[in-house]
Amino acid sequence: MALQAIAFYLLAFVTIAAGLLVVSARNPVHSVLFLITAFFSAAGLFVLLGAEFLAMLLIVVYVGAVAVLFLFVVMMLDVDFAELRQGFAQYLPIGGLVGGILTLEMVFVAATVANNGAASKNPLPNASPGGVPNTEAIGRVLYTDYVFFFQLAGLVLLVAMIGAIVLTLRHKPGVKRQDIGAQVARTPKTGMELVQIKPGEGISE
Amino acid sequence: MIGLPHYLVVAAILFTIGVFGIFVNRKNIIVILMSIELILLAVNINLVAFSAFLHDVAGQIFAMFVLTVAAAEAAVGLAILVTFFRNRGDIAVDDASMMKG
Repeated sequence: MALQAIAFYLLAFVTIAAGLLVVSARNPVHSVLFLITAFFSAAGLFVLLGAEFLAMLLIVVYVGAVAVLFLFVVMMLDVDFAELRQGFAQYLPIGGLVGGILTLEMVFVAATVANNGAASKNPLPNASPGGVPNTEAIGRVLYTDYVFFFQLAGLVLLVAMIGAIVLTLRHKPGVKRQDIGAQVARTPKTGMELVQIKPGEGISE
Repeated sequence: MIGLPHYLVVAAILFTIGVFGIFVNRKNIIVILMSIELILLAVNINLVAFSAFLHDVAGQIFAMFVLTVAAAEAAVGLAILVTFFRNRGDIAVDDASMMKG
């Protein structure tokens, strides 16, 4: 139990410190790397709770896809990031004030809910009820009760993929490409022209 | 003994860091997008913590859907950012009023 507490405090501290560094780092590449650190330690917190499947999903989806996408875009854009940091000190006091108040309120609500809510009866976490492994517990519910939502999630991803492709697709003018539709639609009428030539004169175009 | 309040407090602090990041990095849309990812991560921690302590797996299903939407949002957001950069040559969003109308 003590080992679990040490692991929790370590992971929680790393998560929060990395989160703070994400928003305050000077170089956006460093921000992305701290974001990856935050996701990794949050995945560790999920493992402590017993939700191993979501922990692995977090690493695969966030670290493997989203963070790499961020890194790719940050490195691709040639932007003066120092200029974009203007106003950081100006908004720091009001941001800190709002953040402090928000944290206090949420901590009070969280303490009340955790001590008096429905979860206060269960002192120990159990992320896979029914005595089956976590992945199996999720699969049993996901493909039965939530199957339509699962399909809808796939649709959301499809729409996002098509949207991103349409937004970034760029046709360069002056590039010759095969146009199969135009080729198939060609008839002898459009493909060839009959010209009457007077004897003794050539064709000039 | 690590209980539900510990996880909720971590999520609350992470959520606030995300909001704070949007406040102080008003010009840098890349960091704003990363702050939104932090906020969604905080929500996921909340969902999974409640799921574990209520012994109900539905919270983890919801966390999975939040993960899906977050990935889609990041992809579309970064695509818009790349298009904006191509048209403008920079990514200063506080004078991005050319998109109106």
